[in-house]
Amino acid sequence: MPINIEEIRNLFPVLHQEVNGKPLVYFDNAATTQKPKQVLDALVQYYELDNSNIHRGAHTLADRATRYYENTRSAIQKFINAKEEEEIIFTKGTTESINLVASTFGRKFISKGDEIIISTLEHHSNIVPWQMLCEEKGAILKIIPISEEGEIDLEAFENLLSEKTKFVSIVHVSNALGTINPVKQIIKSAHKVGARVLLDGAQSTSHLEVDVQDLDCDFLAFSAHKLYGPTGLGILYGKREVLESMPPYQGGGEMIKEVSFEKTTYNEIPFKFEAGTPNIADVIAFAKAIEFIQQLGKKEIKEHEDELLSYATDGLNSIKGFIPVGTAKEKVSVISFNINEMHPFDVGMMLDANGIAVRTGHHCTQPLMHRLGLEGTVRASFSVYNTKSEIDRLVAAVSKIAKIKNK
Amino acid sequence: MSNIQDIQNEIIEEFEILGDDKESTIFYIMELGNNLPDFPENDRIDDNIIKGCQSKVWLTAKMENEKIHFFADSNTDITKGLISLLIRVLSERSPKEIIDAELKFIDKIGMGNIIGSQRSNGLASMIKQMKLYALAYQAKQNA
Ligand SMILES: Cc1ncc(COP(=O)(O)O)c(C=O)c1O
Repeated sequence: MPINIEEIRNLFPVLHQEVNGKPLVYFDNAATTQKPKQVLDALVQYYELDNSNIHRGAHTLADRATRYYENTRSAIQKFINAKEEEEIIFTKGTTESINLVASTFGRKFISKGDEIIISTLEHHSNIVPWQMLCEEKGAILKIIPISEEGEIDLEAFENLLSEKTKFVSIVHVSNALGTINPVKQIIKSAHKVGARVLLDGAQSTSHLEVDVQDLDCDFLAFSAHKLYGPTGLGILYGKREVLESMPPYQGGGEMIKEVSFEKTTYNEIPFKFEAGTPNIADVIAFAKAIEFIQQLGKKEIKEHEDELLSYATDGLNSIKGFIPVGTAKEKVSVISFNINEMHPFDVGMMLDANGIAVRTGHHCTQPLMHRLGLEGTVRASFSVYNTKSEIDRLVAAVSKIAKIKNK
Repeated sequence: MSNIQDIQNEIIEEFEILGDDKESTIFYIMELGNNLPDFPENDRIDDNIIKGCQSKVWLTAKMENEKIHFFADSNTDITKGLISLLIRVLSERSPKEIIDAELKFIDKIGMGNIIGSQRSNGLASMIKQMKLYALAYQAKQNA
């Protein structure tokens, strides 16, 4: 069933406001999506009715909060089709999920001379943790090159693989360009040489069906806030046997089985990796975001977003001075661009004056921008609640702005 | 030449005429950037870049007849416009005038709302750098 945009928009209070005297057009969804009413209500309800610390209290509220918290874990398990609930670990974001793997898997399994492969498309959060690890261990970071269009060079990747390759960490969907990477094939090839693979799913989980068993990735990292959920909450999926083989991340409460001054034994997964009181309220509310997505249907969401993408691409391509950045064949609803002779900051500010929110700059992908010979881009990213008439406003505004320097 | 106060009042009046429309105000600021004199290519070096600006801003100064002349450029048009306002107010003045200058026009025209907080911080860095030049020249004069 095609989705009913008006009904959906009514669930998002933040969309109904004016910015600089114009109705808000929110096209910064790759940075963070807005939150539907159910998520906001769940946050309030938790603090009003259920607030208590989980997993330890001997009282009704604690029991209720624990149940809701663990329900979200199980909802996420189904959402990404993990085999078991215990394979879902709560973190504070994609960034922390990647850091967790780099520091624990890295501490135990990476040594001098080992190679770790990432791609040119990576977000800084999938570059810096690996650089830090390589520096500490004397390991070597290898980078998969890309084409002008922003697509990974698979042949070059295959050539980088060897028995020295211990880990491949790769973005599923590029936040800067929208490119969908052929990750299934990458995972398969990496496994052939015995390397483990982490997928940065920060951008893919909101747009694509992500099935970790089908993909066979060893890890998947993503953030709730890009999936209509609250900020400050991330997920790390890991295969049971891999998670069990890794040392703990942080020490503290919750992650232990027994503590004595002589020796501490650690809890089972997932708790081994969840030291301290977690982000209970946001975890509980996130279940409502997943429910929202599942009620609409990933397929239906994607159809709508793809339609917006092609409508916007056609409209913008007709503008004199419009320079698309990233034209991969497989893309999600992200359009990165520049205007001839204009700086992306200026374009972004003028769009904002028109009530249109976009992101400008390097999008935390400086090496990618460097590869493309750019200082940055303007990025418009569309979500399920966006409409064609909003895109008409973008096209009209970009047209007007482009005329300043492209008569 | 009018004093710093008069020029600031002039700018405030110009922006009042523009009214509340943010887009026309930004267009206007961008146009102001066109008035900046050409910046010498060989001064476009990292040493002359102002730290704390998100966009690139180059600033140099020279002393002539006891007055400081500022020269600046940026890679973004809006920032160029902002610099041209600062130069209009502060260039060709004595070090003391620059050091003592209170740039009230920035608040008066609601610049913070127009350009947002990041660019406002950048603007503050530019002013600071201009005042530092003035302090340095004053120290030289007194030496
Ligand atoms: C591809 C990608 N990876 C990682 C991140 C980092 O996510 P977070 O800031 O939520 O930890 C982002 C967020 O912008 C992203 O787009």
